[in-house]
Amino acid sequence: MRILDFLLRTRGRQRLDWTDYLSYGYLLLGLFTLFAPVVWLIMSSFKTEAALAQFPPSFLPYAQSTVTVTGFDKPLPLFEVTLEDGRRQTLAQVNRVGIMATMVDPQSPDERLRVNIAQRKPVESVAFAWSNYTDLFQKFTFGTYLWNSVFITVVATLLTLLINSMAAFGLSKYRFSGQRGVLLLILSTLMIPPTIILVPMFLVINEIGLLNSLWGVILPAIATPTGVFLLRQYMLTIPDELLEAARMDHASEWRIYWRIVLPLSAPALAVLAIFSVMWRWNDFLLPLIVLSRNEQFTLQLALNAFQGELNTQWHYLLAMTVITLLPVTIVFAFLQRHITTGIAGAGVK
Amino acid sequence: MGIDSLFRAVQRRLGLQRMGWLFVTPNLLVFSVFCFLPIAINVIYATSGGVNLMPLQRPFTGLENFQILFECQNYADLSTCRKDVFWRAIWNTLTFSVLQVGLMVLFALITALVLNRKIVGRGFWRGVFFYPVLLSPVVVALIWKWLLQRQGVLNAGLVGLGWEPVEWLTQSGTAFFWTIFVSIWAHMGFYTLILLAGLQAIPRDLYEAAALDRAKPWRVLTRITLPLLMPNLIVVLVLAAIRAVQIFDEVFVLTGGGPGSATTFIVQFIYQTGFAEQIHLYGLAAAASLALAFCLMLLTLVQLRISRAGQNESRGE
Repeated sequence: MRILDFLLRTRGRQRLDWTDYLSYGYLLLGLFTLFAPVVWLIMSSFKTEAALAQFPPSFLPYAQSTVTVTGFDKPLPLFEVTLEDGRRQTLAQVNRVGIMATMVDPQSPDERLRVNIAQRKPVESVAFAWSNYTDLFQKFTFGTYLWNSVFITVVATLLTLLINSMAAFGLSKYRFSGQRGVLLLILSTLMIPPTIILVPMFLVINEIGLLNSLWGVILPAIATPTGVFLLRQYMLTIPDELLEAARMDHASEWRIYWRIVLPLSAPALAVLAIFSVMWRWNDFLLPLIVLSRNEQFTLQLALNAFQGELNTQWHYLLAMTVITLLPVTIVFAFLQRHITTGIAGAGVK
Repeated sequence: MGIDSLFRAVQRRLGLQRMGWLFVTPNLLVFSVFCFLPIAINVIYATSGGVNLMPLQRPFTGLENFQILFECQNYADLSTCRKDVFWRAIWNTLTFSVLQVGLMVLFALITALVLNRKIVGRGFWRGVFFYPVLLSPVVVALIWKWLLQRQGVLNAGLVGLGWEPVEWLTQSGTAFFWTIFVSIWAHMGFYTLILLAGLQAIPRDLYEAAALDRAKPWRVLTRITLPLLMPNLIVVLVLAAIRAVQIFDEVFVLTGGGPGSATTFIVQFIYQTGFAEQIHLYGLAAAASLALAFCLMLLTLVQLRISRAGQNESRGE
């Protein structure tokens, strides 16, 4: 009962009372639950393979410090060594055979010490393993996946904007017999999600010859009932007088669409563009059945294939995941208000 | 310009008003090829057998695929069914949908009610709760897979408290719980937004009148807020249900449907039957998707019914 009490009060008070504290407590809990996993992912993606294997894990990425000692071409790992007489000293390790390690004092590189490995502890410092990211581009065909995702997203979004705005224009600025039927037909596809026509979709794409082609993912997705509906509702508010005036000037119907109606529909087009980018960038099931060859994988498919391997290389997988969520996060950071109000519709003013 | 003269030529033949057809055509073409045609082919698949991909070369088998799917010796014991995985997938999908939709809409409602209070930085908080909605299902699944693995941070917390680490994703009970939790985590923000919009559309003077009458907050909620929010609430419930029965991507990456078939849902059954297993049983997969389509149609009809009823009332948009 008491908990419910606080949920009801929509009218604020002069000073904070306990219901306000509860509200902010709830919001902070939400902030933690929703963002801590993402922050943890990002921090983990900067850890070396060795640091990832540590349990319990640390929040910050640590790596063993190294030092360059004169006389050795590679940097040597640093250890804190407890000597026989109980003194502690920081030494660099030259090599290790069995349980004995050969160490050297960085200050006097000529003198070698033999130390039992039980007596040394690695010196660690915070270090971001950027190599997880750079390796992706050098060792893997990650650039290809990224390019495939970008290509699909950009091309599909442009085509989505074009053909859906054309349909919306045709349905809002002309009167022809069968118009209502066409609108209903398009809207009825809202009820047919891709999940239930998966098998025949595969056949159709195969027959057209688009299997294992990026176009096989682009074309089926470009006509969207949501897009037509959204744009039509917007175009209905554009006064017909503008079109009539252009017709007086002998503009062709295409020119009217391209030069007058399309620019005026920019706000609605922007909303659809944001949606389309999100949909295509995050798409999974259709690419999963259409694209089966490694060189055509999108980021999502590559992530899925990567995580399914027997020995998952988490240090690369995490970096790849971060890169995949980055564009969406950046878009959201800048367009947060547009996206949330766009979705909530006319209700939120 | 070529395109201008093309449009003029067409206009001379069609007349001005019928130019609408020209603009609608590309869209209809795409829909025909990638939506209406597949629906028709789906029916052919569902009523034919064999492993041939070409619809016309498949032997007609009538309702046999449906029989295979639904036949059980004893309907009280799912392991006696011919396709026990199908039944398990249906059962899983039902339990998942009820729990996920119920809990998610409850939390979305609480969140919307909190956000509707006088909160400092409401836009920021709204964004916080919405952010995971934008993440791809694969990314969502990988984030949680990383947290929940044996060496993950959640187990580190448990060990820190002196408990034993748990294999979250390889035990059926916990794996099922986490599929529900993760999908609520990922989708709740969307429904919160819709409910918040509904709350903000409730006229302020109703609350002022209630305050004058010194109405108890509980009564304000049950007599003003909830009844006026009901149309939005039902739309949200139906939308969430339509999405929930189609759950696939996140779970496929998070658990792969396992352990066993503990988190196998209906879309994954379709995917596995039609594509992933050695013999591609397109007919069976198509029959299962028709069953799913039937459920979705029922849900959509409910939604249309309600939104029409809502529009007939005065506070439609």
